[in-house]
Order: sequence, then structure tokens, then C-alpha cells
Amino acid sequence: MTTRPYAAARRTLSLTDKLYEVNWGLVLLITIIACVGFAMLYSVAGGSLSPWASPQILRFILGFLVLVAVALVDVRVWMGLAYPAYLASLLLLVAVVVAGHVGLGAQRWITLGPLGLQPSELMKVSLVLALSRFLHGKSVEEVSKPLNLLLALAMIGIPAVFVVLQPNLGTTLIIAADGASLLFLAGLSWWWIAPALGAVAVAVPTAWQFVLHDYQKRRVLTFLDPESDALGAGWNITQAKIAIGSGGGVGKGFLQGTQSRLNFLPEKQTDFIFTNFAEEFGFVGCIALLVLFAVIIGYGIQIAMAARSQFGRLLAMGVTLNFFFYIMINAAMVMGLIPVVGIPMPLISYGGSAMLTVMFGFGLLMSVHVHRQVEIPRHSGGII
Amino acid sequence: MPVFDTKDKSRYTSFTRRSLMLSGGMAAVFATLAGRLYQLQILNGDQYRTQAEDNRVNQRLIAPPRGRILDRFGVELANNRRNYRVLIVSEQATEGVEAALDVIGKVILLTDAQKKRVLNEVASNKKFVPVPVAENLTWEEFARINMHLPYLSGIQPDVGQTRAYPYGTELSHVLGYVAAVSVEDMQNSDDPLLSLPGFRIGKRGIEKAFDTQVRGTAGASRVEVNAYGRVIRELSREPGVPGQDVWLTIDCELQRFADQRLGTESAACCVLDAQTGDVLALSSTPGFDPNLFNVGITGEEWRTLTTDDHKPLTNKALSGAYPPGSTFKPAMALTAVQNNLPPDFSVNCSGGLTIGNHEFHCWKRGGHGRVDLQRGIAQSCDVFFYEVARFLGIDKMEAGARALGLGSATGIEIPGESGGFIPSAAWKEAHYGIPWQLGETLVTGIGQGYVLATPIQLATMAARIASGRAVTPRIAHMVGTTAQPRPLADPLPFSDTAFAAVREGMNAVCNGGGTASRWRITEPGFEMAGKTGTAQVRRITKEERATGVKNDASLPWKMRDHGLFVAFAPVAAPRYALSCIVEHGALGHPQVQMAHDILLFAQKRDPLKLRTAYPTNAAMVAPPRDWGGRG
Repeated sequence: MTTRPYAAARRTLSLTDKLYEVNWGLVLLITIIACVGFAMLYSVAGGSLSPWASPQILRFILGFLVLVAVALVDVRVWMGLAYPAYLASLLLLVAVVVAGHVGLGAQRWITLGPLGLQPSELMKVSLVLALSRFLHGKSVEEVSKPLNLLLALAMIGIPAVFVVLQPNLGTTLIIAADGASLLFLAGLSWWWIAPALGAVAVAVPTAWQFVLHDYQKRRVLTFLDPESDALGAGWNITQAKIAIGSGGGVGKGFLQGTQSRLNFLPEKQTDFIFTNFAEEFGFVGCIALLVLFAVIIGYGIQIAMAARSQFGRLLAMGVTLNFFFYIMINAAMVMGLIPVVGIPMPLISYGGSAMLTVMFGFGLLMSVHVHRQVEIPRHSGGII
Repeated sequence: MPVFDTKDKSRYTSFTRRSLMLSGGMAAVFATLAGRLYQLQILNGDQYRTQAEDNRVNQRLIAPPRGRILDRFGVELANNRRNYRVLIVSEQATEGVEAALDVIGKVILLTDAQKKRVLNEVASNKKFVPVPVAENLTWEEFARINMHLPYLSGIQPDVGQTRAYPYGTELSHVLGYVAAVSVEDMQNSDDPLLSLPGFRIGKRGIEKAFDTQVRGTAGASRVEVNAYGRVIRELSREPGVPGQDVWLTIDCELQRFADQRLGTESAACCVLDAQTGDVLALSSTPGFDPNLFNVGITGEEWRTLTTDDHKPLTNKALSGAYPPGSTFKPAMALTAVQNNLPPDFSVNCSGGLTIGNHEFHCWKRGGHGRVDLQRGIAQSCDVFFYEVARFLGIDKMEAGARALGLGSATGIEIPGESGGFIPSAAWKEAHYGIPWQLGETLVTGIGQGYVLATPIQLATMAARIASGRAVTPRIAHMVGTTAQPRPLADPLPFSDTAFAAVREGMNAVCNGGGTASRWRITEPGFEMAGKTGTAQVRRITKEERATGVKNDASLPWKMRDHGLFVAFAPVAAPRYALSCIVEHGALGHPQVQMAHDILLFAQKRDPLKLRTAYPTNAAMVAPPRDWGGRG
């Protein structure tokens, strides 16, 4: 920083400038967490790189390249691409509902080349991009105007409806939370927020009655009393708690976890991977991991605050919050604090779509960071 | 600091403020997560660690091999053979236990009753406990199961051990049997083996008496299992302690011969070593097949056994208490001589004796004429023994009978022994509140009335008369490597003269023209001495006696008299003592014929072999007392 103090302030940055401006400390943290993920996948496979760890490493390398590439692209270009990306994601989402192949009883996947792709994952990033762009041009007063609010809610609601149809409650919640957070950050009037919170309070019982699938209801009921059916629906959560709790203070040691290795945990390599980490590394390890996550989120907030454009701020904060929601829902779920919904632990759980979209999101965050001095006029549509 | 237009400045302020609010919210969430981790891992960590360990480790008991039961020569009377069986683990039966049973039913034969039993057992056991579906499969059936294993979920083929009794019914009353553990058994013992499904414990006979020694100690295998109960690896293994072998004093060949000789009669026979009390044969017929109880007896088989009027489940040799009848007379004769009966004591038998207004009959209508002690025993003269009883009085009679082992259980190791009964004046007074009557003394003198004795007591009595020592029967010689304590029997409180007189009388029963002379052993050196007896099971009325006592053959089986016989052999140096009773079989004295065959068989089996078969302390074997009888 000290050698080239004003590089970031320049209107145009050279490629080397940009590479210099990338926050490599953040990249290092992300890599460390990903490595924790590799170790866990190695562990739940019984001390083997196959079948999960090695594909995950390849995906991370790919994700890493995506991150850097995205970071180097001008943030205004991403602004220009926001709506097209949103539309493309929406189309894929529709396609998945219509033609997606069935996995785990839910239609979430679409085969795109060699990768099984989850459009709902893409949607999370696309929505943050598109909403940031939409809200970029709106002043605090304009955000609260009914027409603007209606448009924003439609942008959030349409994908949310398709995701809930898949059905994928967890991702729906994250999409809704991402959208609501961005509206909140854009300055939505409390006059809207207060009644909305009231409406949610009314909507939850209604959704229970008419929207939630049986398996989703069962998950909720099981959550409320997991021991009631310890060998049936309560199995997941009971075993997850046993795994976490049995880790104790310092854990059983790497590769010494028994709960996941002996298949007491379902989906041990995806949604429940945190329990294996907790079992092997204990309270100390868990706190260390949470601190790592918190530091990354702190970086994200700092980047958002430092951005000169509203688009950059919203985008950075949106991406950061998205990352946070992942962690919150996954961790709270495996610890038995909320019902089981299918949300992976970012960077650690096995899965291609989540890895790539999370890394793409970090790329956008980094792009905001690299281009933090770029001012974008309020009525600009970005550059394509 | 960025440069703002006014509108952007307000947005920036709002954004910053709200970002900080969200950051606060996120911090709160992280704090909550950390708190939850603290709760789960630090506060409740121990509890969850235990649960994880319970998840992971299954303790499986290993049943030790049951100890064998051997005869005195080491012949296996009870052993273990391979039991090919099929178990079902309900937890692993993915399509349910019933569906799994239906599939197995296509591979091997399964009755509806078997299926029902399995379903009951599955319901009453924990989900991961293997429950036996079928046992004692043939190798072919077992191979078929193994071949179909990939399609049979929850099914475990298993090679276990099962108790086998090679000689079946012939040793059933000695050995008893093993059967499934009952609820009471579980309550009375904390041996973890009892909770093992399919485990068998001794229920009768030697199997019951030495159950804890024969059973051994449970081994344990700690195995790591996965969520489906599949064993991943064995963590540790304690093999347990195999059950100890029990060596019996039984001579298997003699036992089998005796059992076959009793045949289909409802009968019992005991053969003892007259010098040591070793039980060489202990037979009660009919018997039962102990193997049936092991594999699970069917309702029909059980009904057949329990409704049979020959009572195959009763060990008559130990628990059958009979009026000893005339076999009681040697005891009375011995007591009388010991109590200074004049050497020239004799009675004129006219067929009966009238005391007050009651007539006491002799079995021989018309009487025996002049009868002395020898003749009294040889001819079994009732009148003579009425007089002997009158001479002695009930107190001395009781003492004499007790000295010979009557009136209380012999203490043989097999459970279920009856004590028999010897009455006394004091007992009657206490029990009925009526004083003892002279008539009762007379009836007691011929082994009728209140007197009851078991075949094992009668054999003990015969052994004591033959050896002159207070031998007691014992059947277990060695448990594991420990010889059972066997003190040398004390001499009895009777003089040699008394023994000589009674032995001579018993010799005369067989070899002096007495009541058993028709079936005496004629081969030189093998001769036996004995005493016949008949026990009435009904009252003979005055009218009947007037018209002539009914012939047994004309009566229904249940009403006929019991035939008894006590004996020892060879006469010169008694080695074997015997008692034999045939229920409702006095007619033609089949028990004497049996005794003849059994004693002859026993003697023809090299007697030296009996003494050298297993290591014995020489001091334990008393030399036969030479009583100077006829050689």
C-alpha cells in the first residue's frame, strides 16, 4: 500500500495494479477454510481423498481462478451484467422445475456439461447483483416508493416462488433474507419494515398449513422434539448433536471421529459436515472456525463501507450477508437450534454449485474492493 | 473520505448505520452459535461422548462351551455338537421381520408356530439382538441359507453349539436336560449369560446340580458397529472360561443295560458300589429324550410326557417314595440282633397273629410253621417280624432304620430327592394327637403302614448291610480337576455278629431256598444275596381275605402291588448293592429277574476296571470287610 498509495484512486487501473489491490489476506483466509473442508472430506471418507476430497480440491482451484478473474473485472461491468445474469438464472430455475432431474425427492439440479448445477445457488448471487443494481439508482426516499418497492419485491419473489416449488426451503429463506437485507440497507422506511415483520408473523402459520411439504413439516416437528422419534425422523438431529457434543473441549482428533465414519450421520459429506469437524476438533476447533468465518465477514463489511458507489456497497454487503446466512442456517441446523433445512456449510461442504457460487460471490466482493474508488453516477447502468 | 452528492450522503449514512445494525445482529448470531457449542461440547460433552461410544460399540457376549458330562471311564454322556442355525436381527431386516421370515420360509421349512415364536421373541428383545429363527439345521439347509444370503436382509447364519445327549432316554434321569432360561432363572441370577438369546441352562438332574460349574463364564467381544449395526471390527475379545467337565461315578454300559432291562415297566433301579457309595447306575423308566428339551419341545410331545400314567418325567429312583414292604425286614432283623435278640429266638407261624381283637396276617395262608431269624428272612415270614417288632418297640426300630440310611434324604447330588419316612411314637403323638399303637408297631415291622423309602435309600441300606459301613451314595466324582470330597464311611453301630446273621439270611433268600431262589445267580463267584418285597397299594378288606385275596392279574394295573428287591453281590465279598422296584409289578417278581440280570452283568464287566478307571485315593476305598459268610 505504502509504495503505491494512490493507485486505487486512479480512474483506470492496470492489471498489475488490480492484482496488487486484491485483498490477498482475505483470499488466504478463504483458502484456509477450504483446506479445513478438504481435511473433513478426507476424514468422512475414512481417510481417503476419494470420493469427495479430490473433486472438491479441483473445484476449489477452479473457484479460486473464478474469484481472481471476477475480482479483476471492473465493478461497472458487473453492474452492466446484473440484469442479464438475473434473467439467465431465472430461466435456468424455471427449466429445473420443468425438466430438472430428481435428486433426494427434490428437483434442484440441472445437468450443464459435466457439472450438476443448482440454479438456485446461482440465483442467490444473481439476485444480489440485480437488486444492488436496481437499488443503486434509488435514493432513500425513492426506495420506499410503492412502485419501486413492488418491483424489488417482484425481483425477490419470483425466484423465491420457483425455488420453493423445487422444493428447497433453505435456499428460499436465504433468497428472501438476502433481498430483505438489501432493501433494508438501501434505506427502506421503517414504515414498511414494521408492517412487513407483522405480516411474516401472520404468514408463518399460514405457510405451515398450506405451503410446507410433509417432509418439511416433519423436519420442523422433529426439531421441536428430536428424541420423540430418535430412530426415525429425529435421527439426523439426534446423531448430529451426539457428534458435536462428543467432541468435547478439544475433540477426538483428526480422523478419530466415529459418528460420521460409522454412518451414524446422514449426508455427512454435505450438510452435516460441520458435525464431523466438531467431533474431531472440539469446542476449541469450532470457535476457531467461527472466528475465521467472522473475520471474513468483517472483511466483507469493511469492504462495503469503503466502497464509493452505492452499487459496490450493496453488492459487497449482499455477498457478505449471503455468506453469513449460509453459515448461520447450516450451523444452527446441525446444532439443533433450527429445523433441518438443506443448506450446506460454505467452502466446507461437498458440492460444486455452492463452491463455485460462493467463490464467484467472493470474486464480486473482491471486485468491489479493487474498484472501491470507482464512482458510479446514480443513473448509470454500468458498462458492458 | 469519498465525495458525495447530498442524496448519496444520506444514503451513505443510512447504509452505514444499518450495516452496523446488521453487523450487531450477526455478532449476536455468532455468540449464540458459540454459546450452543459451549452447551453441547463443554457442559454436556460427557453425556454425548457416552452416547457416541454406545452408538459405536456393541458388547456381545460369547457363550462358553458347556462342560461335558462323563461317566467314570470318560465316556461322554453329554457333550456339545455343532448347531447350524439361522438368526434374525430385526433392526437389519429392512423389509420387516415378517417379510424376512416369509423369504426364509421358501428356503427352509418353517412352521407357523415357529414364525409366531420368532415374532414374539423379536418383540420382546431389543432391535439389535439376534433371535434364533431355526436351529439344528442340516448342513444342506444351512448351505442353502448361505447361498441365498444376499437376498435375505437381517438374516445371520451362525454355527453355535448345542447340548447333545448321545444316549437319549437311557440317562435322562441322571443327566436331566438343558432348556431355555425362564423369567425366574433371570431373577435369581445376575449371570449375564442368562440374557443371551437362545442360551440354555440345566433344568434337571446333573445338568441342574452342577449348572454353574458346567456353564462356565461368559466371554465378551466388544465390536465396533456402524449405524446399521454391521460389525466393522472387533475391538477386544475375552474368550471367557469354558465350563468344567463333570465326571460321574456312573458306568455308562451298566446304566444302559439297567435301563434297557427295566424296559417299558414303570420301574426304578439303583446300583451302588457297596463299599464306597459310588452310584454306578441310576435308572428310572420310562425316561424321556433330553434332546427334545434342548431344541424346544412341542406341545404335543410335552402333553404325551405329562399325561403318561408311567410318569416319564419323574425320577422314581430318587423321588419315588414307596412302602418298602418286606425289603424293610433285613433292617429290622439287624436291629433286633444288635438289641440282643436271643440267638434261639423263633416263632411258630400259623398264618397270622391276633393282638386284641385284630388279626395280623402272614402273606402265606396257612403259615410257615417254626421260623427262626434265617428262615424268617428267607421266607419273609410276616408273623416272625411282627414278633420281632413287638420285641423291639417302635423307638429301637426307628433308630435302626435311620442308621441304615432310611427316613432322611441320602444327599445325592441330583436335586429332587425325597426323604422317605420312618414313623416314631413322638411323631404320631405330635401329628395326630393319638398315642402310638402296638398294631402300628407290628405293621411297621413288615415295612408297611407309615414307612416310606425311595429306591436310592433302599440301595443305600443294601450297601450298608453289605459293607458294614455308613456309605452314602454319591454320583459326581470330579468337577473340572477337583475331586469331590469323599471321606471314608464310618463303621455302623451294629456288631459283626448282627451283620453276619442278616447277610446269611439274605443269602438264604436267593441261595437257601428263599423267596428269590428261582432267580438266584447260579454262576460260581457271582452269587447275590437279597430280599424281596411287595408293597400293597390298596387295602385288603376282610371280605376279600375271607373269599381269597384277589390275584394281581385280575386287577387293573393301577391297583396291583409294587414289587421290590434289594440285593448285593457277590455274596463272598460284596461289591455291588442294588435296589429295584417295579410299580404295580409284584406279579411274577419281574424286579428280581431284573436284579439278577443287572448284577450279573455288572460283575461280568471286569470289576477291577471299576476301581482303576480314574485316579482314586487308595484310602478312600475301604477293603471289603470279611464277614466270614459262605464263600
